[in-house]
Amino acid sequence: MTAAVPLRVRLRRAHSITQADARRREGIAAVAMAAPAVLLLLVFVVIPIGLAFVLAFTSARLVSPTPARFVGLRNFAMLAEDPVFLRSVLNTFVFAALVVPVQAGVALGLALLINARFRGTNFFRTVYFIPVVTSMVVVSIVWTLLYQKDGLLNRIIEAVTFGQVEGPDWLNDPSTSLAAIVFMSVWQGAGFHMIIWLAGLQTIPADLYEAASIDGVSRWTRFRYVTWPGLRATRTFVLITITIAAFSLFTQVNVMTQGGPLDSTTTLVYQAVRSGYQQQQTAYASAISLVFFVLVLIVSLAQRYLTREKD
Amino acid sequence: MATRSPQPGATSGPPTAWRRLPVHATRVVLALFFAFPVVFMLVSSFKPDQQIFGDLAGPRAFLPVGDLSLTNYTAVFDRVPALRFLLNSLAVSAITVVLGIVVNSLAAFALSRMRWRGRKFLLTVIIATLIVPFETFALPLVWWVNELPWLEVNGFGLTLTEGWLDTYRVQILPFVAWGFSIFLFHQYFQSIPKELDEAALIDGAGWFGIYRRIVMPLSGPAIATVAILTFLPAWNSYLWPLMVVQQEELRPVMVGIQYFFQLNPSWGEIMAYSSMITVPVLALFLAFQRSFINSIASSGVKG
Repeated sequence: MTAAVPLRVRLRRAHSITQADARRREGIAAVAMAAPAVLLLLVFVVIPIGLAFVLAFTSARLVSPTPARFVGLRNFAMLAEDPVFLRSVLNTFVFAALVVPVQAGVALGLALLINARFRGTNFFRTVYFIPVVTSMVVVSIVWTLLYQKDGLLNRIIEAVTFGQVEGPDWLNDPSTSLAAIVFMSVWQGAGFHMIIWLAGLQTIPADLYEAASIDGVSRWTRFRYVTWPGLRATRTFVLITITIAAFSLFTQVNVMTQGGPLDSTTTLVYQAVRSGYQQQQTAYASAISLVFFVLVLIVSLAQRYLTREKD
Repeated sequence: MATRSPQPGATSGPPTAWRRLPVHATRVVLALFFAFPVVFMLVSSFKPDQQIFGDLAGPRAFLPVGDLSLTNYTAVFDRVPALRFLLNSLAVSAITVVLGIVVNSLAAFALSRMRWRGRKFLLTVIIATLIVPFETFALPLVWWVNELPWLEVNGFGLTLTEGWLDTYRVQILPFVAWGFSIFLFHQYFQSIPKELDEAALIDGAGWFGIYRRIVMPLSGPAIATVAILTFLPAWNSYLWPLMVVQQEELRPVMVGIQYFFQLNPSWGEIMAYSSMITVPVLALFLAFQRSFINSIASSGVKG
């Protein structure tokens, strides 16, 4: 019977079979290649996020002879009455509210300073970037020494003011401890976002600047009407990344102050680690993590909305 | 607003070099500001404690002068197994980088160059995981890795053990697959012409062959970027090993710093240890500056 089918049709059929076969093989190969990454993301990201939602409503402990049981909203009720937790939420917000604009601003200033072509661009960019490649643990330790009552910073303040101003004991004074951590964090992170701003600045077409210079506008006008609008996408990215990093504040606090003095530097993540790891209360820590998760989500959505393309 | 509004002094004719002086001075002051803590750390690591505090009063704090020696460095090795910590961190970061490059590029290859159902959806989900910072699920993850099983090879074959705490794998595997690396590879692979794949297929190459022989050899810059962006957090990791590694022999460098604050801390030793764990990264950065800067810059592209 096959002989009755014209050659042309037979060829086309054979072709479509091999094509379907190739398509199927492509699919299998693709799944095999994506599988390791998908599996790892599933086990170490997706499931843990899901677990935060589940464990927060149980009595789970890190090591426990009795299995976890469902306790409803008990953990959240406890959170609402935990003054240290409430303080940590406040501190986290204050920290973010200070770090986000200051770090973004300083980083933009640095980027503008070295965006112009001049001898030594590379040198300055490298130096401004050094804190970024220094680990936060090391940075925190060095600054702990700098911030001591008789430390370098206060000596500088003394020298600059001819001994008129006596510097505070930065990290041991509840009124200055958080500010000290803010200052150091900006010092460490500004170089990172300087690079991001620089990448953004380089996407602004040069002819816009040429047009501006033909019109002879002032530097400020040029910045306001050419540079700033040109950085819209970069701005969103910078703000969101700094905000999320600021909300995740942990290392500096753990190394420098352990949340003190008088809980003036305790943060959400620091509290989560303290209850979840040191006190082994996984469920309570999951509840804190959940609050943190929701905050991060709200802030990134809000910033995306506020800085959306307006047209 | 298009009226001429000259800067003060801009039109009155001083040479450009003079006009630029304030800007340049600002650059120099800022360079001092960003460099001084690191210089201070390096210099102090060679000084005895008393001199560190004595020198604070003046510029000597930043100068390698006075009673310089390697005493602090030898003391570091007496106080902690510093070499062990360094080797642990080196091994953990190196393995994380290598596995990260392989696993994420394979996934990105499948997502960007092959046609199969569900790939668009998968890419969206993978990118969505990036909004969630690690700190939000670190604590549930501690509980979870404590429950995870592992197959152990011993004299009689395989045994099933429970719990990943106090292992190398718990320091490595959670950080191998990373949505951002997949995203970077995906972007880069898109720029390599797909005709290369078609030609290779006609020549009888398999998909894995195309990945290994054609696409990866062309992806040097993407590999460098992913290597740097994986290495830095792996070397600097602190929160995670703090919680999951109690055994001293398995600890990485950043956690090792705690040992110095336990009994009679010596700032000279602390600065020596800090320098030891910073200088390797600093040296890498200075040697591969352009790659470092480019990889950071590329992390902003998704905005």
